[in-house]
Amino acid sequence: MMRMRKIAGAAVWYLVLGVLGILFAFPFVWMILTGFQTGKQAGAYPPTLWPDPWSIYGYIKGFSSASAFGRYFLNSAFISVMCVIGSLFSSTLTGYGFARLKAPGKSLLFTALLATMMIPSNVTLLPIYSIYAKFGWLDTFIPLVLPSFLGTSAFNIFLMRQFFAAIPREIDEAARVDGANMLQIFLSIFVPNTKPAMFVVVLFTFVGAWNDFFAPLVFLTDPSKYTLAVGLNFFKGQFPGTTDYAPLMAMATFSMLPILLLFLFAQRYFIEGIATTGLKG
Amino acid sequence: MKKKTSEVLAFYLFISPWLLGFLLLSLIPMLYSLVSSFMDWDGIVAPVFTGLKNFSEMFRDELFYKSLSNTFYFALASVPLNIIVALFLAMMINAKRRGAYFFRSLFYLPSVVSGVAIYVVWLRLFNSESGYINYFLKFLGIQGPSWLKNPKITMLSIILMSVSFCGSQMLIFLAGLQDVPRVYYEAALIDGAGRLTTFFRITLPLLSPVILFNLIMGIIGGLQVFTQPFVLSNGEGTPAYSTYVYAMGIYKSAFMQHRFGYASALAWVMFLVIMALSLLVFASSKKWVFQQGGDE
Repeated sequence: MMRMRKIAGAAVWYLVLGVLGILFAFPFVWMILTGFQTGKQAGAYPPTLWPDPWSIYGYIKGFSSASAFGRYFLNSAFISVMCVIGSLFSSTLTGYGFARLKAPGKSLLFTALLATMMIPSNVTLLPIYSIYAKFGWLDTFIPLVLPSFLGTSAFNIFLMRQFFAAIPREIDEAARVDGANMLQIFLSIFVPNTKPAMFVVVLFTFVGAWNDFFAPLVFLTDPSKYTLAVGLNFFKGQFPGTTDYAPLMAMATFSMLPILLLFLFAQRYFIEGIATTGLKG
Repeated sequence: MKKKTSEVLAFYLFISPWLLGFLLLSLIPMLYSLVSSFMDWDGIVAPVFTGLKNFSEMFRDELFYKSLSNTFYFALASVPLNIIVALFLAMMINAKRRGAYFFRSLFYLPSVVSGVAIYVVWLRLFNSESGYINYFLKFLGIQGPSWLKNPKITMLSIILMSVSFCGSQMLIFLAGLQDVPRVYYEAALIDGAGRLTTFFRITLPLLSPVILFNLIMGIIGGLQVFTQPFVLSNGEGTPAYSTYVYAMGIYKSAFMQHRFGYASALAWVMFLVIMALSLLVFASSKKWVFQQGGDE
């Protein structure tokens, strides 16, 4: 009796998660496979999933279209990498300050840091936009990259602070006795010992910058400067009402590929990074 | 004494990147946009003070109310729905069974890639004539609706899509579940408590701080929703303004009509709404969030 219940429990578990798993995976499977169908198959009704025959028609049409996806890819990659560098720079320095150094006003500033998480970006957007306009920075990558150097991701700073705070004080006191100054301690003890946390910052910043749609939509106007997100949205607009799905799905796959690969190889860090969010203060 | 001053100096040097960003990209722009919400400003020429004109125009604009109710509809439906699904998934994958890790990654994946590319995929899946969703429904004998063409259900379609991006919330719940001491469940088992009782008496109270966190972050994000309806409606909030959300109104006023003052007024109204709602949730949380004893 007990045994039967156990087996039934397992069967229900696999059935429920199996169905949900198919629902969650289906958009990805359909996207990737449709990208390899011929134009005729992709537009046929009833729809079929498996490419027959396999075709790179979608990719040829996508890459040879007026939308320069190769260019968009490089733009997205450049912006994302610069954001990663900027975030590492600002979150490690600021996180160290908040974790280890004492100064008047610190707790107030830390509250301010956490409060910025609640400010809607639209409340600050327009004055910032007009400043960028005055500097002649519109339609450049500066508005997309500069904020990460100035620590606008409170999450990253908070994460680094948590990890720095967990390093035993004896370690930096010993180094101080040995005559190391604060910058040396920071670079030789704190930075090397928090590589997993820095990797989490790298991943989330890269993915965030890659997926970002609003900022590039607002700040970029020259199509040659578009990122993949903005470029793909305009590409989509070229197929209103048609059933020529293959090129669009091929380019959607192409746009998503780096993130998919990154997730495949680093999912452990993504998952641990989320688990440390905020709650384990 | 000298050591102390140098530490203060070092603190401000170390946090200077963020401090600069806080002043230049948060605090000053916030105040400037507050001031400019009382002004006529195109973003280029110096603003002119116009008093409450922006606000009185806003409150007379039908589209303002339409976008506000659309946005509330999205947030009030998608935030609880996301939390329920995320909690359900977290409890399922918390089981010690072969494959639990696989499902954890699979359910988390959509939220990692959440962006234009996957929304474009959903756009095609929702197609009422040739999309896969209605094709599946046909198998079940159901005549699928026009997901993105019938103004009565377009927002519902976007809400349904948004549920597939609940992966981060799921992982936060999972971390919370794994923090629940096993002895609580063992004690409940010995006392003969059923599954439902265990869920409502142990799991839910212990997870209530996590629910509060997901609720607040969900409200803040949900009321700012932009990209999902933008991509699924060609940027216009079509059809019949049924997916015209508040952030689209700000975008349109600022970048199509170059009315920065008016758009700032819109942004500030939303900011106040978000603050009020968050405070309301926080105030209510004393009633439903379980405070663990001890010095935590």
